[in-house]
Amino acid sequence: MDFTSNYFEIFGLPAGYQVDLELLANRYHQMQREFHPDRYINKPSQEQRLAVQYAAVINQAYTELKSPLLRAQYLLSLSGIESSREASITRDSTFLMQQIELREALSEVREADEPFVVLDRVAEEARDQYADLQREFGQQYSQADVEDAVDTVAKMQFFSKLLNEVEQFEQELDGE
Amino acid sequence: MVLLQISEPGRSPEPHQRRRAVGIDLGTTNSLVATVRSGTPETLLDSENQHLLPSVVHYIASGETTVGRRAYAQSADDPLNTLISIKRFMGRGIEDIKTLGSQLPYDMVASDSGMPNFNTVAGEISPVAASSEILKVLIERAELALDGQLEGAVITVPAYFDEAQRQATKDAATLAGVKVLRLLNEPTAAAVAYGLDQGGEGVIAVYDLGGGTFDISILRLSHGVFEVLATGGDSALGGDDFDRALAQWLGEQAALGDDLNPSLQRQLLMAARSAKESLSSQLQVEISVAGWTGELKREQLDRLIDPLIDKTLRACKRSLRDAGLKPEDVANVVMVGGSTRTLRVREKVTEAFGRQPLVDIDPDRVVAIGAALQADVLVGNKPGDEMLLLDVIPLSLGIETMGGLMEKIIHRNTTIPVAKAQEFTTFKDGQVAMAIHVLQGERELISNSRSLARFELRGIPPMVAGAAKIRVSFQVDADGLLNVSAKELNSGVESHVEVKPSYGLNDEDVTRMLKESYTHAREDMQARALREQQVDADRMYEDLLVALNQDGHELLSDKEYHCLEAALDDLKQVRQSTNHREIARHIEMVSKTSEEFAARRMNASIQKALTGHSLNEIEKGV
Repeated sequence: MDFTSNYFEIFGLPAGYQVDLELLANRYHQMQREFHPDRYINKPSQEQRLAVQYAAVINQAYTELKSPLLRAQYLLSLSGIESSREASITRDSTFLMQQIELREALSEVREADEPFVVLDRVAEEARDQYADLQREFGQQYSQADVEDAVDTVAKMQFFSKLLNEVEQFEQELDGE
Repeated sequence: MVLLQISEPGRSPEPHQRRRAVGIDLGTTNSLVATVRSGTPETLLDSENQHLLPSVVHYIASGETTVGRRAYAQSADDPLNTLISIKRFMGRGIEDIKTLGSQLPYDMVASDSGMPNFNTVAGEISPVAASSEILKVLIERAELALDGQLEGAVITVPAYFDEAQRQATKDAATLAGVKVLRLLNEPTAAAVAYGLDQGGEGVIAVYDLGGGTFDISILRLSHGVFEVLATGGDSALGGDDFDRALAQWLGEQAALGDDLNPSLQRQLLMAARSAKESLSSQLQVEISVAGWTGELKREQLDRLIDPLIDKTLRACKRSLRDAGLKPEDVANVVMVGGSTRTLRVREKVTEAFGRQPLVDIDPDRVVAIGAALQADVLVGNKPGDEMLLLDVIPLSLGIETMGGLMEKIIHRNTTIPVAKAQEFTTFKDGQVAMAIHVLQGERELISNSRSLARFELRGIPPMVAGAAKIRVSFQVDADGLLNVSAKELNSGVESHVEVKPSYGLNDEDVTRMLKESYTHAREDMQARALREQQVDADRMYEDLLVALNQDGHELLSDKEYHCLEAALDDLKQVRQSTNHREIARHIEMVSKTSEEFAARRMNASIQKALTGHSLNEIEKGV
């Protein structure tokens, strides 16, 4: 067992899309209690250096497993599919139309009479659809339907980006 | 077999002997030192029973310094040689401080490295050297109170401090001759002080408004783990700005014009500060300065400082958003920093979070107290303690790519330590070198980012454009300090830099300054080097002895065990000598010999941690 092995094993969790986030957080804290460099100040210097590396891996593992998108991409990468680059683009034209509509709504926020209302509506719509996609991915992954799973991850990337832009708009509207 | 332990006079071999460790709050306006005694954290007093040491250093021609209240008293009479608000200059370039320069009456000169120095009667003084004078006074205070040399110190920095500012702080500690156990973010320190005091769980917002810096941190406390979710702020905004706004108003009232001499500027600033402080307890105050006498009402002060407070509240909003939380999710708001005594600040923070902030612990002392608590845990005075701090980097880190853009490699609010790598490629056919420009900041254009370091990867074998694979790796340690390396993957050519900020001191600078401070006493330097090596040797000896007793027989073959044991015995012998180089050589040897043992111990820890999981599962009935 070493730290080049899979992130799920680090936290003693079964590899799969469904993750008990509370349990994950507990395990994360437990592992950091063990390996954080703060625990190694009185230890020999080599152990201190290793602790920095281990703690960094644990942090990375936690970051990827707790994010719905990164977790999906990580699962695919375990099956040898790199989906993190934007090369994967969905061919689902209905989906693309929806995206265009949402983006248009977003671009009109600045001119809207009540920008926050419009922004909230777009955000809610995006979050709902994002959640649907996550459920879909879970099913496809558990049924080893790799092709569709890859397509779903591509769609999730759209929403992840869109939600980031929503946040930037919020920031802008707050006058920052 | 258990090794026989013989304690040296005055030393106990017990691994859990109490180690002397302190927390230091190196503030813009005031500094403090605290420690944990009999389980209780306390700030240490000077001989005049004062906790606060004004962060002011006064230089005279011989190079001697006075620090603190007596130095502050010189401030109006000898402004050019009395350095205040030094923290604002830490890790800054000459360009950065131009704006400050017009507000602070110093004679600043650029050093060779592009860093601003103060031009004083004692010569050019760097902000790092001036800060180290403050640290020396605090360390001396602590060593007197604790009756012995310190094992180390946790030094606090504003969460929003960038790489250069953190490195400068660490350099100042090195100059002052104290080991930095950890650089700790000030708001995190405050959360520790409150969290442990009140035992509360849930989300804590720490609003930290000091003399020259503003920080906001959002943390989640759960079973002793303080997890920072987001942090933000402004490293050039604080109570000093309140004073300046008020001083400017006073100048206008007194019709003094714009062109004020340094001494008059200082008088106005001092009058402003004292008026501001009075208005924390009364509704109006009589002011008499520069031949003008008048009355200042609290509402007038509020009008002057409201735009500054609003700026801090916008940063709070942003951090909450970064943490994915709303104001109502926050269970406790903690106030830190002397500037939160200003009533208007408390009013507006209460309004923004919809709850009364906690002010039970003295806002001036809370950071030092939190730092002392962590120092105590770090040196191992509280074995089995559950407390753990998981902090984040405040600003994104990345490198310059084509077109003057910054490609982020590590995003802000990422938990540290962290290691990330990204691959880049060559732009031209036959390109054999690549310049790596390391940046920090949130904006896409590099002109808006802070330049941290530049280095080159040379010796890339000639290939067509785009064929080389250059992996750039960033590692940020638990102090928030960065290491960068670059490697061409096809050929294995490698280049590595410990990031020393573009505006910082390099290692030679620090060594030179250390030497300079000892030019008149060479033996002092020898003695110091010897003491340092002895402390390191003792530490290594004790740590490895404990490790051997715990796991030696389990993890090592008899031969390996005896080999390591012999190396340790040697180290103990050599430690008695007065040759610091010889001791250093043996430390290095023991370090090499024990490498494999360290790796096995870490592995055993992993196994244990993983077995722990399955035990939990049984408990949970999974």
